[in-house]
Amino acid sequence: MTVKLSRRTKAIAAVAGAASIAIIAAGCAPSSDDSGSDGGKVELTVATFNDFGYTDELLQEYMDANPNVKVVQNVAATSNDARANYFQKLGKKGLADVEAIEVDWLPEVMQYSDLLAPVPADLKDRWLDWKTAAATDADDNLIGYGTDIGPEGVCYRSDLFAAAGLPTDREEVAKLLDGDWAKYFEVGAQYTAATGTAFFDSAGGTYQGMINQVEAAYEDPDSGDITATTNPEVEELYNQVLDASATQSAHLGQWSDDWFAGLSNGAFATMLCPGWMLGVISGNAEDVTGWDIANTFPNGGGNWGGSYLTVPANGANVEEAQKLADWLTAPEQQVKAFENAGTFPSQNDALTSDTLLGSTNEYFNNAPVGQILTDRANAITVAPFKGPFYFQVNDAMQQALTRVEDGTQDKKASWDQWVSEVEAIG
Amino acid sequence: MTSTKTAPPSAPSPQQARPDRTERTPRRIAFGQKLSKWDFKLSPYLYISPFFILFVITGLFPIAYTAVISFMDWDLVRNSGTFIGFDQYIYVLTQPKFWIALRNTFSIFLLSSVPQLILAIFIATMLDQNIRAKTFWRMGVLLPYVMAPVAVALIFSNMFGDKYGLINTLLGNIGLPPIMWHSNAFASHIAIATMVNFRWTGYNTLILLAAMQAIPRDYYEAAAIDGANKFRQFTAITLPSLRPTLIFVIITSTIGGLQIFDEPRMYDQFGTGGANSQWLTISLYLYDIGWGQWNFGRAAALAWILFLIILAIGVINMLVTNRLVRDEGSRDGRSRRDRRAAAIAARNDLEHRVGGTVRDDFGSTSTGAATSDTNDKTTEVAR
Repeated sequence: MTVKLSRRTKAIAAVAGAASIAIIAAGCAPSSDDSGSDGGKVELTVATFNDFGYTDELLQEYMDANPNVKVVQNVAATSNDARANYFQKLGKKGLADVEAIEVDWLPEVMQYSDLLAPVPADLKDRWLDWKTAAATDADDNLIGYGTDIGPEGVCYRSDLFAAAGLPTDREEVAKLLDGDWAKYFEVGAQYTAATGTAFFDSAGGTYQGMINQVEAAYEDPDSGDITATTNPEVEELYNQVLDASATQSAHLGQWSDDWFAGLSNGAFATMLCPGWMLGVISGNAEDVTGWDIANTFPNGGGNWGGSYLTVPANGANVEEAQKLADWLTAPEQQVKAFENAGTFPSQNDALTSDTLLGSTNEYFNNAPVGQILTDRANAITVAPFKGPFYFQVNDAMQQALTRVEDGTQDKKASWDQWVSEVEAIG
Repeated sequence: MTSTKTAPPSAPSPQQARPDRTERTPRRIAFGQKLSKWDFKLSPYLYISPFFILFVITGLFPIAYTAVISFMDWDLVRNSGTFIGFDQYIYVLTQPKFWIALRNTFSIFLLSSVPQLILAIFIATMLDQNIRAKTFWRMGVLLPYVMAPVAVALIFSNMFGDKYGLINTLLGNIGLPPIMWHSNAFASHIAIATMVNFRWTGYNTLILLAAMQAIPRDYYEAAAIDGANKFRQFTAITLPSLRPTLIFVIITSTIGGLQIFDEPRMYDQFGTGGANSQWLTISLYLYDIGWGQWNFGRAAALAWILFLIILAIGVINMLVTNRLVRDEGSRDGRSRRDRRAAAIAARNDLEHRVGGTVRDDFGSTSTGAATSDTNDKTTEVAR
């Protein structure tokens, strides 16, 4: 659910996944082993997924600056494929010299932080605090080079807003939605009353935005115990989002076929929008001209998704790989990646770059997305704690929400089932 | 092939053997005979051994290794584990999800196998008729099988969309309420079974068609002369002759059905079997435990449980079909033991009558075969 983009290409997943793993297994492991020993050129492999914005031109720049290095990129179709590959080979042989990981697998990766080469201490201050904190292990080693983050705004359909008698200008919409979640659902009720159609896409997607603002939602950061079922905050959010969803949700599970259809056919008017979501919307609703993004987010800031680059410690060219990861995540390259693929930078210096601040998005009626997302990133105050069980508990929660949304169960029964499922975890 | 090549030395004709015997020492002949006897007995096993050696490496070892892991709390990344006995099995068996998955697996299996086989027999019968452009139609039924399951799932998920799917749109157009393909468990099973049927019906059709073509045409001619209509011919000749093939098809589709994975995995965007485990199957559950939760001990335990389930169903299948179809493997309804006993009895009988010993294996088997042949004929007559 929280895995960004990955489910979009679900259809290709199984086949391409198997194929890409096979290709990576067959192709890159031996080549990175023998090329280093030649004394001449070092071949480095970079394994990413979806679109990191690392174009051939960008990699060529590095090769031009470092003539002894040849960089090869392997792109997995989905982050799920990359995840399976990563954990199957971590601790053994066969991973690329630089491996991208997603923030959602981070809790699992942190359990094996000793198998990764730490980021040199002098680089630590480059990133946003919470980005670094999430990837720092108990021994104070930072194991990932932060690439992008997912600061969230609110995307909305200005044409549908107009039809409902709501303001359409993005600054006025930001003012309209300014406040907490209650305010967001209040506007939703207003919209639903006026049009009779849904205000947001799904309870699951909205809940994700809410839970990412809770500091320790499911687990106790000190003891590691699962506290999800007894945490009053979780239950409150659960009830709040489902109360609103009864009338305001389109009940379209994110990344489902119906949801993609809903992006273009006006099934819902707003959606929580991390930077990377802009590409998803514009790519799947090409003919719609009404999508816009407002510089606001209920209850302050929220982050959804983002990635890191890691360097497996047993690689053939760890030092060269670290240099490459360092370069790829440096402010200049992060801005270029943002221009290439919309991945929003996580480096302090990049956030003040003129290129970033000045960038606009034509599809979203020329919204100044660089400025808006920078504001949203600066509004983030909470770095939610995600322990080893976060993913499972959250997955079960998403299913609980879906059960209520599709009418299989009522709110109470679904919550009870979730509680029993969470109790079985561990 | 092999028997014709090895046969001459083992069964020398008396005219050739006699001069040899005068030149060589008896011991050598005895050894040569022994050797050829071994050759005759062991060579076939040697010739089929590559498969079994390969099976031990690629099939048996993983099965055994999975069994070892299933008793452990296994860490895939560090490749180590601690022994915890049957805990993983107990955990899996006490999960409500496991039993739901078992229910779903059987439901989808029945919904796919039964209509699929009926349809396959029907189509095969049609293809067996004297129709134009036979090859075209026969190739046509195999086409869906060539499609990747993922591509099939992509097409069908468009059809089975809850809100904007093809079928629900059509239902809406004629004023019927939409079917909730993803929240109603039974509806989701039908949708998944449809994908399975789409792919596998043609495959089974071709196997059955091949079996149908092996039925001697004389039977049909005789039946037609006797005045049996097409339907009677089908039930009295085609179906009974298809039995051994049907058993094969049923067993393969049982194994496939119980391991069903691709279709339910591709049925929605998460591949976890639905919010309320509506279409969670055993293999999907296995995958989720293994690759979703990275708990390979539990996944291995579940894999073994699935293995035992399939084994149990296989044994039931065999018992039932052995009873139904007596002529499987042998032409008379007797077991191997019975036949061997009959062969020995026949040999004793022969020895008794001839008063000599039947020297080599060759002789005894041929006598055995002869007796069983006569036996066959008597049973045939008795029928």
